Amino acid sequence: MRRSSVFLFYLALNIVLVGLMLVHASHRRARLAGDVREMTALAERFGLTDLCLFTEANYTRHPTQADFHTPFLDGPLALDHFPSGSMIVAPAHLRKPHEPMDRTAEKHP
Amino acid sequence: MIELSDVRKVFNVGRPNEFVAVRGISLSIEAGKATFLTGPSGSGKTTLLALIGCMARPTSGRIWLQGRETTSLPERFLTDLRRRTFGFIFQQLNLIRGLSSLENAMLPAYPTGEARRSIRKRAVELFEMFGLTPKIHARAEWLSGGEAQRLTIVRALMNDPSVIIADEPTAHLDTALTLDFLDVLGRLKREGRTILVAGHDPLVSESPVVDRVVSLRDGMIEGGGG
Amino acid sequence: MSRWIERQRNILDLTLSSLLRRKRKNSALFAAYTLVVFLLASVMFMSQALKREAAAILAGSPEMIVQKISAGRHDLIAADAAARLGELPGVQEARPRLWGYYYDPVTGANFTLVSSGEAGLAPGRIAVGEGVSRMRLASVGDSIEFKAHDGSLLELEVGEILSRGSALVSSDLVLVTEADFRRLFGTPAGLATDIVLRVRNARELPTIALKAAEIFPETRQVLRDDLLRTYQAVFDWRGGLLVIILGGGLLAFVIFAWDKATGLSAEARREIGILKAVGWETSDVILMKSWEGMAVSLTAFLGGVLLAYAHVFLTSGILFEPVLKGWAVLYPSFRLVPFIDFSQLASLFLLTVLPYTVATVIPTWRAATVDPDQVMR
Repeated sequence: MRRSSVFLFYLALNIVLVGLMLVHASHRRARLAGDVREMTALAERFGLTDLCLFTEANYTRHPTQADFHTPFLDGPLALDHFPSGSMIVAPAHLRKPHEPMDRTAEKHP
Repeated sequence: MIELSDVRKVFNVGRPNEFVAVRGISLSIEAGKATFLTGPSGSGKTTLLALIGCMARPTSGRIWLQGRETTSLPERFLTDLRRRTFGFIFQQLNLIRGLSSLENAMLPAYPTGEARRSIRKRAVELFEMFGLTPKIHARAEWLSGGEAQRLTIVRALMNDPSVIIADEPTAHLDTALTLDFLDVLGRLKREGRTILVAGHDPLVSESPVVDRVVSLRDGMIEGGGG
Repeated sequence: MSRWIERQRNILDLTLSSLLRRKRKNSALFAAYTLVVFLLASVMFMSQALKREAAAILAGSPEMIVQKISAGRHDLIAADAAARLGELPGVQEARPRLWGYYYDPVTGANFTLVSSGEAGLAPGRIAVGEGVSRMRLASVGDSIEFKAHDGSLLELEVGEILSRGSALVSSDLVLVTEADFRRLFGTPAGLATDIVLRVRNARELPTIALKAAEIFPETRQVLRDDLLRTYQAVFDWRGGLLVIILGGGLLAFVIFAWDKATGLSAEARREIGILKAVGWETSDVILMKSWEGMAVSLTAFLGGVLLAYAHVFLTSGILFEPVLKGWAVLYPSFRLVPFIDFSQLASLFLLTVLPYTVATVIPTWRAATVDPDQVMR
């Protein structure tokens, strides 16, 4: 078969697969919606605040609950020694802890 | 058929290596005849062929093709005209390595948007005419000298040109192949095409196929214009 | 119209012939290109999916968490602070929370223990996440031995295993009764880990937080917004280690493509000259080169994206698992919900297809504009 025909067919096939991919995505989303609801319910019921992804250390498991000093509890010069720590950006509320309250404090002195 | 009026071609204008290849040539090429351009190296033969074949523009002067002036045409029209009117046979053959003979032959017609099937049909017919059918799928670099020569002729004929331009076509051919080539030229002439050949080969210049010989020296026609 | 199509197809035929002539080199390039797209798209898909899921799940989290800080460290808080906080206007509910970490020496894994607070668990019974069940090979009815704070052993029976579908939030959880929690960790009665508040109107949060800080100056307040923002930042692939790794990959690819595309070889120049001599216009040659660039980049892009999708959503990002797992022993087995951000995909497309096609066309520009008579010399 002609080369350009083969190529164009392959390209068309890829595009069709991308279409299927999008259909699969929306189908999956619908199917997993129940799981997401379940997780939200668990969060509500038990007051969960973090996803269970990095179970190495307490501040990687619950980054939202950790404070600035937690990674260095072993000593002031202790380096961050868990690999996940290098992937996690320090939570915003630790870098600017009282920003929302400072702002309102300005409004209601 | 083709008229040239005081055509000049200067290369590297204004620079230290400025070089005048063609100085004021006026020439009239008759349709349906074979004209041979001869002269020593550097006499401007190749440049003149390029100018006539709309491959380059003259620095000054005018060229008419079938009554139509070509010197002032924009590139797009010029290329289209060249594609339809001229078929080129080069000295160095200029075949693309790695491609099959058939594909090499079909190349000139690709950008025209003609259906591949009809291009192929025409090419196959020409291959048949020139005895190249067994080599259709052979890669261009595997062909013998004579076969490659014939392939370039086929390629030149793909767009059914009315003018064939050949630059030193027999330089690398032995006598037998040169005579074959002259046979082909004769046949093309009988089909009504105009032939323009440049070279040194006396076998060609003295052949009965050639109707007229024009001698060039130092970018001018020897013995005045015509 | 059909003439235009035929012209494209004819030129495409020649383009493909040229590409196939240098099969090995072009295959390597194609593979490298696909790989770069695959990595970038995988990271994009994964981070986007996690961000969206985090936002959905944490919508159920408490509006405010009050933590006691002592000497810069998190400390236990008096449980009756909840009553005081619950009185603040706008606060729907305030209750003390008990939770902590348990290091399991048998497996080397860290579990998160949460007191279930309410009825639902019988004393001596626990509900565990799928990760805990997996690590300890414990099914319903099995017992797990925990080492209590005073060195004694506490045996707890698995009453329920939390569903696999909820693994992303519950994989390492062990839900215990309050009594068992205190027995295990020795947390004195009257003390809690922190206090969680439910506030109906989100706009009152800053005011409530301010008041809580006034009443209990040694505490800090974490708002739900903070939780959400944290996870948006955590999975932002534009930050941290990832940007270095991906930037390096992209740079390597750019160098590779650059080396290939610039410096037109004598052979390539000759071929372009021949094409021009047999009647191809400059625009035809440029078109051919554009097709050459697009043929490789389009197919590599589509292939990379498809593979990335399969990687992230059909195998849960199996290649990234070692990176995400790090030194952790327990890693949740979850299935991500596919969320595709089209604007990010479009950026990836422009970042990869466009520069590559341009890098293929530009070097040939000068060669393509040469007068065809050059080839006659």
